[in-house]
Amino acid sequence: MTLESKIPAGNVADKWTQYKSSVPLVNPANKRQLEIIVVGTGLAGASAAATLAEMGYKVKAFCFQDSPRRAHSIAAQGGINAAKNYQNDGDSIHRLFYDTIKGGDYRAREANVHRLAECSTSIIDQCVAQGVPFAREYGGTLSNRSFGGTQVQRTFYAAGQTGQQLLLGAYSGLERQVGLGNVKMYARHEMVEVVKIDGKARGIIARNLVTGELERHFGHAVLLCTGGYGNVFYLSTNAMGSNVTAAWKAHKAGAYFGNPCFTQIHPTCIPVSGHYQSKLTLMSESLRNDGRIWVPKKQNDDRHPNDIPEDERDYYLERRYPAFGNLVPRDIASRAAKERCDAGYGVGQSKMAVYLDFKYNMMQRYGRTEASKLNITNPDDETLIRLGKEVVKEKYGNLFDMYKQITNEDPYETPMRIYPAVHYTMGGLWVDYDLMTTVPGMYALGEANFSDHGANRLGASALMQGLADGYFVIPITIGNYLSKEIHTKPISTDHEAFVAAEKTANDRIQQLMNINGTRTVESYHRELGLIMWNKCGMARSEKGLKEAIAEIQALRADFYKNVRIPGSINEFNPELDKAGRVADFLELGELMCVDALQRNESCGGHFREEFQTEEGEALRDDANYMYVSAWENKGDSWELHKEELKYENIKIQQRSYK
Amino acid sequence: MSKLMKLNLKVWRQKNAESAGNFEEYKIDASPDMSFLEMFDVLNEQLIETGKEPVAFDHDCREGICGMCSMVIDGRPHGPKQGVTTCQLHMRSFNDGDTITVEPWRANGFPVIKDLTVNRSAFDRIIASGGFVSTNAGNAVDANSILVPKEIADEAFEAATCIGCGACVSACKNASAMLFVGAKVTQLAMLPQGQPERQSRVVAMVNQMDAEGFGACTNTGACAAECPKQIPLSVIATLNREYISAKMNGK
Repeated sequence: MTLESKIPAGNVADKWTQYKSSVPLVNPANKRQLEIIVVGTGLAGASAAATLAEMGYKVKAFCFQDSPRRAHSIAAQGGINAAKNYQNDGDSIHRLFYDTIKGGDYRAREANVHRLAECSTSIIDQCVAQGVPFAREYGGTLSNRSFGGTQVQRTFYAAGQTGQQLLLGAYSGLERQVGLGNVKMYARHEMVEVVKIDGKARGIIARNLVTGELERHFGHAVLLCTGGYGNVFYLSTNAMGSNVTAAWKAHKAGAYFGNPCFTQIHPTCIPVSGHYQSKLTLMSESLRNDGRIWVPKKQNDDRHPNDIPEDERDYYLERRYPAFGNLVPRDIASRAAKERCDAGYGVGQSKMAVYLDFKYNMMQRYGRTEASKLNITNPDDETLIRLGKEVVKEKYGNLFDMYKQITNEDPYETPMRIYPAVHYTMGGLWVDYDLMTTVPGMYALGEANFSDHGANRLGASALMQGLADGYFVIPITIGNYLSKEIHTKPISTDHEAFVAAEKTANDRIQQLMNINGTRTVESYHRELGLIMWNKCGMARSEKGLKEAIAEIQALRADFYKNVRIPGSINEFNPELDKAGRVADFLELGELMCVDALQRNESCGGHFREEFQTEEGEALRDDANYMYVSAWENKGDSWELHKEELKYENIKIQQRSYK
Repeated sequence: MSKLMKLNLKVWRQKNAESAGNFEEYKIDASPDMSFLEMFDVLNEQLIETGKEPVAFDHDCREGICGMCSMVIDGRPHGPKQGVTTCQLHMRSFNDGDTITVEPWRANGFPVIKDLTVNRSAFDRIIASGGFVSTNAGNAVDANSILVPKEIADEAFEAATCIGCGACVSACKNASAMLFVGAKVTQLAMLPQGQPERQSRVVAMVNQMDAEGFGACTNTGACAAECPKQIPLSVIATLNREYISAKMNGK
């Protein structure tokens, strides 16, 4: 099968407009006859389900949590980008498009990214109309801040809880449609199999996690809005339940997996504290607006950070990247932190951390402004700290509280200790311009697809993509498929394809339960995570990746011999749910390593030690690797397909933030 | 590495909604730097390794924002610390040798599914009854065309930070959901976008709240005291005011 990205012809700035005015439509009466399954209720899923129901489609939505409001989009902290240019600082759709392509290290698809930038402005309007309480200025207008990889202020936010507020907006829209009877909601349900009939996605098998029963659900189309797969690393900033299962079942049913090795390691997370650690907690990128990152100039310096004088501190991001300073993109900031720690300059007990310090801006940026407002001339340090602290508290209060709660240290007094952690996956199911996977009728939205962020995502762009896909893209593009399906009557779930898919799912569950070994699911997940982090994490090499592949294969074989799952199938059994997810991670991990191994270059978050510049920056190989790797599942192996990337509107260059 | 603490746990075990349930006792060594849920992870691994059934409990983000975790710890929803969810509670809040009692949310509106896991879908149905602004995607005007004073936006935001965990219901002797409903009603009543449906919303949400079997409010304030997001008690006053006003207008 050849990959058809179905990018519309024409100038990049006109493609989406022209597409919208020429795409086939489904009339309102026919919409009421068409059923759509939406799996996942984060920003992409909730917004898609709500919007499609508003348009008249019959929607069934599924989430594994106890309520759609719990999806992990809720935890996004810092903000959402939009090219509103409210700050009059030279922003535009083109600039957001350009920043995103460059930020992704020239490995994203131009047409999709431009569309994303175009939709960004409508997202803010939509959210405000829903009653999302964004931060505002005294004049009543919306407030903005900066995020990494940009030189404008285009990030809209609600304290450090932007994801929560946006998701609750989308969730309220979804619940409105539930109340109106246009969406049927299935919480505590997990998709465990795709149902295909005549090559098209026609439904899913879902497992009721309370009763353990398998259910058959028909749909004219299936939308996977199931998030990313960062939990393959065991420790990540993802929620405990975040998983790849739905996407992986789709992959095994024929959907190609795009750029699986492109993972984002976020530079500012609370460091690991012990072997019992279950997850890592992010400290928002927005903190880098006011926090300065540094390590001591002396190796193994054990002094308290407040006792290290200014001239003995190395503000290494400001030193190495003067143009962007502390606001370099995530991949660059993460690698720089690793470089300093590996060289022996790390801080804290484990020496695997760097400082994120707010004192300077608390005093000099905010303290001075507040003192000036109060007509205090020549304020002393104590006054500056007191006044500045209030401003910092308003901007980041919940994050500072969270940090203190976890570490027992007060970041208003002592710099935060931070270290990179797995946060987001740019890779995902390969989709065309319509967001359709290689299985007709099956779509992937939000983090679950690969399309917009290339090899590195810029901060505050995940919320933008999730909502763009759900509110504004899929409602249009799905017409291209469903307009041809208006004669398809709902297919009975007694159809042999449903029976067969249910049997496959059931056999797999039986197989897991019958192993009856001695090791916990958790212990396998932890071991897999360690392999992935050490050999397919921030730095990768041919040797390490080859070792990792062998280790994962051995671990997987052992899992199917020795795992122990307590309880039974037909009851609420979280260990069984987890076993199914870890089984899929044990396959995905291998593909990620296979993908990282074939990409003999460094780009964005994918850093191969063999391919770097003299200054230690990522060294791309555009001549040979300017493509999306799309992997087809072949049972025991994978076949690589390539989508060549063409840059007609952006001049490709060595990515520099110096 | 901090020194391990020896703890005794009394944990509510209940096979399913129909069975009676009882407390089981466990001994565990915990690091002060562990979160409360990480201690339960360790307990569950021990139980599985010794051929016993692990304790079922709800949790997901472990960052205090998804609202999924829900344990009554020593009689208090989310435990002894103020403004903190169970997942953000750390063992350093306890002492070596402590006995800690852990139960599920207890309310008619939240039936137990298993052990410490309850069904909170009643909250979703309350939101579905009116906790939204009826606006379809594509309808919106430019975001800055309607100005909202900062103080109003900040107050709406404060109410909007509710995570829907249900601690308020669990803390209340009447199992009232007034803090939860009041938070959403307040958020939308304050903002210009919430005005057109202001009165129908509050009536619909209160009716649904009553239909779900949540109790009445007797102003003890336990809900706000235990709320991990510190939603103020004033949202209940707002809820009452909005409700009476709507009723007087014949809604």
